[in-house]
Amino acid sequence: MTATRDAQGRSSESPVLPLHAAPDPQRSAGPREPSVGTDRRRVDAPLKVTGTAPYAYEHPTTNPCHVWPVLSTIARGTIIGVDASRAAAVPGVIRVLTHADAPRLRVKADAGLWILQGPEVHHRGQIIGGVIADTPEAAREAAELLVFTYDEAPSKVELDPDGPDVTTAKVVLMRPGSETKGDPEQGWGEGVHRVDATYEHTAQYHAQMEPHAVIATWHEVSPLDVRATRLTLQDSNQGPLPHRLLLAPLLGLLPHQLDVSSPYVGGAFGGKAFPHPHLVLASLAAKIVSPRPVKLALTRQQMFSVVGHRAASSQHVRLAADAEGRLTMVEHVSTQAASRVKNSVDHSCMSTRMMYATPNRHTEHRVLELDVPPSTWMRAPGDFTGMFALETALDELAHTAGIDPVDLRVRNEPDVDPENGKPWSTRALVACLQRGAERFGWDERQAPGQRRDGEWQIGLGMASAVFPNMHMVTFAAKILFTGGRYVVQLQASDIGTGAHTVLAQIAADALGVDPDLVVTDIGRTGTPMAMVAGGSSGTYEWGNSVVAACEAFRRKHGLHPAEGASATGRSGPPKGSNKYSRNAFGAHFAEVAVSSVTDEVRVRRLLGVYAAGTIINPRTARSQVMGGMIMALSGALLEESYRDPRFGHIANGDLASYHVAAHADVPPIDVEFLPEHDPWFGAKGSKGIGEIGMVGTPAALGNAVFNATGKRLRSLPFTPSALAEA
Amino acid sequence: MKAFAYARPGSIAEALELAGDGDDTQTAYLAGGTNLVDHLRLGIARPDTLIDLSRLDFGGVEETADGGLRIGANVRNADLAADPALRRRFPFVSEALLAGASGQLRSMASTGGNLLQRTRCVYFQDRSTPCNKREPGSGCSALDGYGTYNALIGASEHCVAVHPSDLCVPLAALDAIVHVTGPGGERAIPFDQFHRLPGDAPERDTTLEASEIITAVEILALPWASRSRYRKVRDRASYAFALVSVAAAVDVADGVVTDVRLALGGVSHKPHRARAAEDALRGQPATPAAFEAAIDAELEAARPGKDNAFKVGQLRRTTVAVLTELTQTEGDRP
Repeated sequence: MTATRDAQGRSSESPVLPLHAAPDPQRSAGPREPSVGTDRRRVDAPLKVTGTAPYAYEHPTTNPCHVWPVLSTIARGTIIGVDASRAAAVPGVIRVLTHADAPRLRVKADAGLWILQGPEVHHRGQIIGGVIADTPEAAREAAELLVFTYDEAPSKVELDPDGPDVTTAKVVLMRPGSETKGDPEQGWGEGVHRVDATYEHTAQYHAQMEPHAVIATWHEVSPLDVRATRLTLQDSNQGPLPHRLLLAPLLGLLPHQLDVSSPYVGGAFGGKAFPHPHLVLASLAAKIVSPRPVKLALTRQQMFSVVGHRAASSQHVRLAADAEGRLTMVEHVSTQAASRVKNSVDHSCMSTRMMYATPNRHTEHRVLELDVPPSTWMRAPGDFTGMFALETALDELAHTAGIDPVDLRVRNEPDVDPENGKPWSTRALVACLQRGAERFGWDERQAPGQRRDGEWQIGLGMASAVFPNMHMVTFAAKILFTGGRYVVQLQASDIGTGAHTVLAQIAADALGVDPDLVVTDIGRTGTPMAMVAGGSSGTYEWGNSVVAACEAFRRKHGLHPAEGASATGRSGPPKGSNKYSRNAFGAHFAEVAVSSVTDEVRVRRLLGVYAAGTIINPRTARSQVMGGMIMALSGALLEESYRDPRFGHIANGDLASYHVAAHADVPPIDVEFLPEHDPWFGAKGSKGIGEIGMVGTPAALGNAVFNATGKRLRSLPFTPSALAEA
Repeated sequence: MKAFAYARPGSIAEALELAGDGDDTQTAYLAGGTNLVDHLRLGIARPDTLIDLSRLDFGGVEETADGGLRIGANVRNADLAADPALRRRFPFVSEALLAGASGQLRSMASTGGNLLQRTRCVYFQDRSTPCNKREPGSGCSALDGYGTYNALIGASEHCVAVHPSDLCVPLAALDAIVHVTGPGGERAIPFDQFHRLPGDAPERDTTLEASEIITAVEILALPWASRSRYRKVRDRASYAFALVSVAAAVDVADGVVTDVRLALGGVSHKPHRARAAEDALRGQPATPAAFEAAIDAELEAARPGKDNAFKVGQLRRTTVAVLTELTQTEGDRP
């Protein structure tokens, strides 16, 4: 919850307990069964299903005003004129903001956030203005009437992977963007079976159930003491750390002058990990109308250019194998669209470096800078894209070589991480593949185009899954004992994953109490700094800090703490963990039906089998990996954006035209977690499960389409149009 | 969004008086609002006054003496889809309704409003791009743009938009009648003449005159339409507009098609009645080959663009499958 605030606008140190805290003081501390590893219902579920959990836009405010973003309608050029006369005349309008008169930003901590500082337009959908008004309707109407004239420059918005301006990324995920092992051309020459294919997808867009929204309040205590100024953002995000790192300096504030709260988040998926430019607009507006709060909620259409996306990419894969299917060479070159404003590269080839054994390998990340909005994280960035390519290519190789796809993967299982030679902390890919094959009935699979059910062609497909450890830094957590309850405090965030629920379980076990005696105070500043909910790392990373804090608390205060007792603990990755290659593994199996009449693709069932360390809460874990598979199904079958080169915009940029999966698209989904304990991620033996459901699922579906129809689809999504033209 | 006045007339006469000369830049009729409210937000519709017709009593679903149905304009899509008489006499109308939108939208959307849905062409819905339908003379962005949902049949150089309604496809097949009341009194418009092709005036979706209000839709008796089918093809399994759709009813005697009604959705600026196919099929044996020849006769008029050529084959196969399904089941009857 929001930190309370005194008359000077200072944030208090005492926690405001979450609304969902429902303590039962009758429950006593004492010997008990561990909570970790058992089902626990989501503590925030009743609030969410009754619509009473307050999301960003819903916090009570007094006398707020509203700001409406104005987006550029050209892809590149210069603003040469602004006519705000009609906009300013709309009743209720307080102020029209443009680059000509917006408050200056200070430190360019993030080029994507540098808005309203000059007349240059770098992409279609850039925030080039804003209207502050008493009502959102008036702000929107005035925004419609605000006229910009441009000197338009030629723009380029389409990914041409073979174009002259493509460059190789030097560093990706803190590793070389390009690497070569052995002699790939020699390995290609040695191949008895070969695949040479290109896999593509258009940009994919975030569609969280809760669109990005914020309430910004600027408290200027005294013009003589600027250090007392505070900005409060009631936001929807994955954690406040990036806001403090990037937004605060941009706005000329010290990190502690920015208070961020985000108690409940209606989906994030990477799209709320970093601050996006609408937060800058809201903050500038709040500064102007201080101390009135400013509300801003993006429309779905605006989200297609303001909050980032998964960049379009083209993945060229070459595989060569000997007669037994052992890989003699693997090559994976990813070419990705990037923004000229801010170039972020998805690590699409990284899984290829470590998944399978081969003496010869080349992987390379290439980018083409375009006049498009910046991309951002979108669930399993890189791994989603790269594993679609690699795992489809392996299916092609299996078909060419006449080897079962599961068996082909087993034959190429490496002893150590092929990229760096490190031993595996744990790697149970083969067990996942074999257990999945057994559970799914893989032996029922027939040759392509053999199974039918009326007009429907039926096929089975599979793919491997992987997700790496992303834990790098040491962070802290604090335990506070108050009102008979243990409060877990850190800047974590529950983005719908169940963090409120599982962090309480972890703390309960470490403290030796019932989880109902533990409440979480997360999703705000004013608590110990922690990493964002990202990289599938939250539970093990935050969990480490929480365990350290609980242990510190018991050491300091014993079993009978006094009211107000507290202790802070710090923890990072386990010492020595760098000596190991640390990843979660899995296998996905899919059955699809493809209509021979309409070319519609419908998924009949999906299975994910994972070896992902200790499962803290099987109930929320199952839900999370199912969510990953569903999001991947959506991306594989439906999500296709069309960027119109004439205008530079996503022409089908709303949820009626850019399709995300509906309930009717989602088949029965089966999940199994194999027993595993990996001590090298964190204290509880768990690994990350937030994204692995996304990885390989598109390939499993595409491979199933091939098995059903004999048609190989190498571009996402697998629509009737794509089937008809294959 | 533009500020507007809201009026709730108590009668049709009062509504017509409020509408005045019916300039749609000044007034707009509101029923379910499932399309209009979006357009108010997007700035596509900018009326000064909304005239709310949703509380006027235009009657429910009534069986007419000759075996047809009269459907009041304010009957909600969900209620109409569930109407027992409709499901018995004209099942494909119910199927079409249930294939459209979502449960929430169907509970709001009205029968009259469904007929007046505007195109979902992405350029029409985006005020920052040229569109002749939204802004006559500005040009058609869809011609050389995102074209998956462009019209196959009856488009013009000024507009390639398609009509998005599912309900209207079987209504076209059934020769429904649209009853309207305007300043000049009441009139009945045959369904085929209700919607229009874009020609050089794509801003006009229908032949409704200024201020006219739809009061009812009448379906005339067609006993053999009790065997009818609506099939909708789409990327997403629900809650998506049609790539193409087929509404069909067939009357077969001794293996010969004695009569047929066929209409296609997602292909034209209006719900497309496939008269060439019907003419080709009447008197022919009820066989897949005859069905294919019939739909091919219709699809001679198709003019696919770069993104929608796949729909020609899709329409052919879907039509043949629907007609085959209808006639096979007929043959299986004792």
